[in-house]
Amino acid sequence: MTTVENAAGIAGTSGGARLDRQSVSGLVFGLLGVALIVGVAPAISSSNRRFNFEPPPDPAGIGFDPPTWVIAIGVLFLLTAALGFAPPAARQWASPARLLSALAVIPLVLVLSLALSDNPSTNIVNLFNESLVLATPLALGSMTGLWCERSGIINIGIEGTMLAGAGIGYMTYATIGDAQSTAWLWFSILISVLAGGLVAALLAVLSIRFGVNQIVGGVVINLFALGLTGFLRSEVIVKSGITTGVGTSEFGLPLLSKIPVIGDQLFRGQPIYWLMYVVVIGTWVVMYRTPWGLRVRSCGENPHAAETLGVNVVRIRYQSVILGGLIAGLAGAWFSMESQARFEDNMTNAAGFIALAALIFGKWTPWGAFGGALLFGFSRALGTRLQFLGVEVSGFEIPSEFLQALPFVVTLVVVAGAVGRSIPPAASGQPFHRSR
Amino acid sequence: MAQAGNSTARPVLEIEGITKTFPGVVANDNVSLTLNQGEIHCLLGENGAGKSTLMNMVFGLYRPDSGIIRVRGKEVHFEDSGEAIAQGIGMVHQHFQLIPVFTVAENIVLGNEITRGAFLDLDTARRQIDALAERYGLAVDPDATVGDLSVGEQQRVELVKALFRDADILILDEPTAVLTPGEVDDFFEVVKSLTQQGKSIIFITHKLREVLAVADRITVLRAGQVVGTTTAEGATQQSLANLMVGRDVVFRVDKAEPDPGESLIRVQGLRAQDDRGVETVSGFDVEVRAGEIFGIAGVEGNGQRELVETICGMRPATGGRIEMLGKDATGWSPRKINELGVAHIPENRSKHGVVAQYSIADNLVLNRYHHRKFARRGVRNGAAINGEAIALVEQFDVRTPGVDVAIDTLSGGNQQKVIVARELTGDLQVLVVAQPTRGLDVGSIEFIHRKIIELRDRGVAVLLVSAELDEILSLSDRIGVLYRGRLAGTVDADDATREELGLLMATGTTGEHS
Repeated sequence: MTTVENAAGIAGTSGGARLDRQSVSGLVFGLLGVALIVGVAPAISSSNRRFNFEPPPDPAGIGFDPPTWVIAIGVLFLLTAALGFAPPAARQWASPARLLSALAVIPLVLVLSLALSDNPSTNIVNLFNESLVLATPLALGSMTGLWCERSGIINIGIEGTMLAGAGIGYMTYATIGDAQSTAWLWFSILISVLAGGLVAALLAVLSIRFGVNQIVGGVVINLFALGLTGFLRSEVIVKSGITTGVGTSEFGLPLLSKIPVIGDQLFRGQPIYWLMYVVVIGTWVVMYRTPWGLRVRSCGENPHAAETLGVNVVRIRYQSVILGGLIAGLAGAWFSMESQARFEDNMTNAAGFIALAALIFGKWTPWGAFGGALLFGFSRALGTRLQFLGVEVSGFEIPSEFLQALPFVVTLVVVAGAVGRSIPPAASGQPFHRSR
Repeated sequence: MAQAGNSTARPVLEIEGITKTFPGVVANDNVSLTLNQGEIHCLLGENGAGKSTLMNMVFGLYRPDSGIIRVRGKEVHFEDSGEAIAQGIGMVHQHFQLIPVFTVAENIVLGNEITRGAFLDLDTARRQIDALAERYGLAVDPDATVGDLSVGEQQRVELVKALFRDADILILDEPTAVLTPGEVDDFFEVVKSLTQQGKSIIFITHKLREVLAVADRITVLRAGQVVGTTTAEGATQQSLANLMVGRDVVFRVDKAEPDPGESLIRVQGLRAQDDRGVETVSGFDVEVRAGEIFGIAGVEGNGQRELVETICGMRPATGGRIEMLGKDATGWSPRKINELGVAHIPENRSKHGVVAQYSIADNLVLNRYHHRKFARRGVRNGAAINGEAIALVEQFDVRTPGVDVAIDTLSGGNQQKVIVARELTGDLQVLVVAQPTRGLDVGSIEFIHRKIIELRDRGVAVLLVSAELDEILSLSDRIGVLYRGRLAGTVDADDATREELGLLMATGTTGEHS
């Protein structure tokens, strides 16, 4: 009885003039759906295009007719829009429908760009793999942020921590040992990881011990890392003469890489890429399945409650922030010893900040953050792919900068409609002082 | 429980000569106390008397400057609460120490996790929690999210949390502050059954009625010192109150028969929403006449905050009509309502009552700073403001080193006196007052109650909202109970009983017979 009354009360109040998320995203999807069916589908020519599953020659794949797909996706959007305004009984389907429509934007962009390109086909398995690989530093960075924020420390110094890991690791590799030795390469990667831990320890001391504003502490670390690695590159790395290294080598996972067509594309990769999965799964297991993980989460939500139960909040926060730093160091090694095998100034190029966005997108959960990293990785991969395809609209080639930015714009717009409000850990960013 | 006077009483907790100072304050001064096996020992004292400080030391959150704590005869020096918990001490804090986004089971095991290998074993924890709940009559659902639970349920979680750690010395810090009268009775049953199962309990409170209802022995703290230890049999409310305050306390608020005049507040079908957009005032009607006090009782969270804010113009009404002094004041700004002769003493003292960093003088003229007396052509008249402030501080007995110190350096009682002084000055005809004495010492409470009665005798219409049933009963001429945003019933103060009001507060009806 009570719940019915309450529900009616809430529905009654939200039914007023206020624009809520449901009606706005319903409206947006509705307009998009109409535009696709009435405007876009008739404008693109019916032709046979292909999504390939493997590289040429003679690749497996599926052919499709762009206008048909555009209309299909348009209908999906209209359905989603309709559900947004449906009576309350049908509203339980509105949220899954929004998610489905949001995901449908990915094939839509692919179909449209292929339709507008001179190239009749593109390899989508390879595109998926590129997305995963490019998501590596973002996923690792978001795990860094996850450990810090779940314990109550906001870390916007992820970018700087990664950069320091990348620079110091590569310097070790280039200047001290044998640059041709795999063992030495791995030792240097370990140094990257430790350097990340050390930089994070600095943030931990600043914010936990001295109570420095955590945003300021993070900014200090970003600036410090940028200056330090710039100096190390010009004064140490360049002078060593080894400005390019060998980098980690690819290997295939046993059995899985033998799967026909997709095996060799999806299950071959470099070691830090594979370690990324280990870190994400490990983060999830430790955070949600172990006593220590429970304590970390309690420190980020209500440190005073944790303290009354004998949890050592200060120690847990140090441990979490340093663990996060170690992970960021590994992400740094990905840049300088796996992806590029050299060190450039500011080579992390805002990956640490995008990792934070992925973390927020993922609502401070390991799999959500990984999903966010994957989405941004896909955006990067797609941006590059669109350049190769050479997308033209009525004879004009679209500038590459625009194409590179487009996936991010689409991502953000879609995410705003499909992902609900993101609530951070309650005590994130709040200094903790032991009562005495 | 007759163990209290029993010569075989075995002490489980002995506190000897504990002293604790914070910068500038002696919170505990040579305090001694003994808790016997199986007794309920009430620790009574006003706010700020040092009760919680003492117990936080027993629980390992603070360290005493000097003195000895013995648990079961053994001297202990706790570094943190974990060590206190290991000695079988459990504490339920006044502000619950729970994590809203965790489940009940997660909250309970935190810090004392059950593991299988390296992993959390919540299944075993669930079984243990169910067993505890069964044994002590504390129904909790281990899989519920704590943030979704009612206050009473959260309190049960806190108790199970302590019992889960095998606590046999339980410290309960003001456990009844958040409960309805009916829930308080149930809670006492639970507490008594706990002692029957061998637990020893320290019960912190400042409510005399509760002390006499449950205590075996009573220790009274005043200004950090023990001023007396007695048994429940040997005490009366009057004797305890005198001990607590240090002088004779007048309980009955003396007041003449009301002489109500014309209706000054008339609210009809009022509707309002809380900050999340949920309607919490849903069709509220009230009429308050000149020269009467209309008290609104109710469990907190039934729309009191939104009701008061809406009537005072701080929150838009989503429906209904507010009439003040015969004028339709619906949708008026707070200042316009105020200038009409409506004063407001808000519930949230620090948020809506004062500007913490402003001086006492500035706070005293917050509602009149723009009047000709205090400002000319946009320039403040500092001398006039100070003069007014000095007079008001004198008249309202505000204890302060001066009128130019920031108001947040004053105690809660003195801050409230500043607010009262500001609001009651000038030509007012209506007073809307919410929780006027929350967290105040007995002396300030008496003072503020007298002022409210004075106003009513002068012909002011007073709308009083309070969670303290005693306050409502002693001040009001008529009493209404607010239940889910509506007036569940109105009774004449002379005929009102605690039982009847308690039932109205808990269920919104008086039932078939009461």
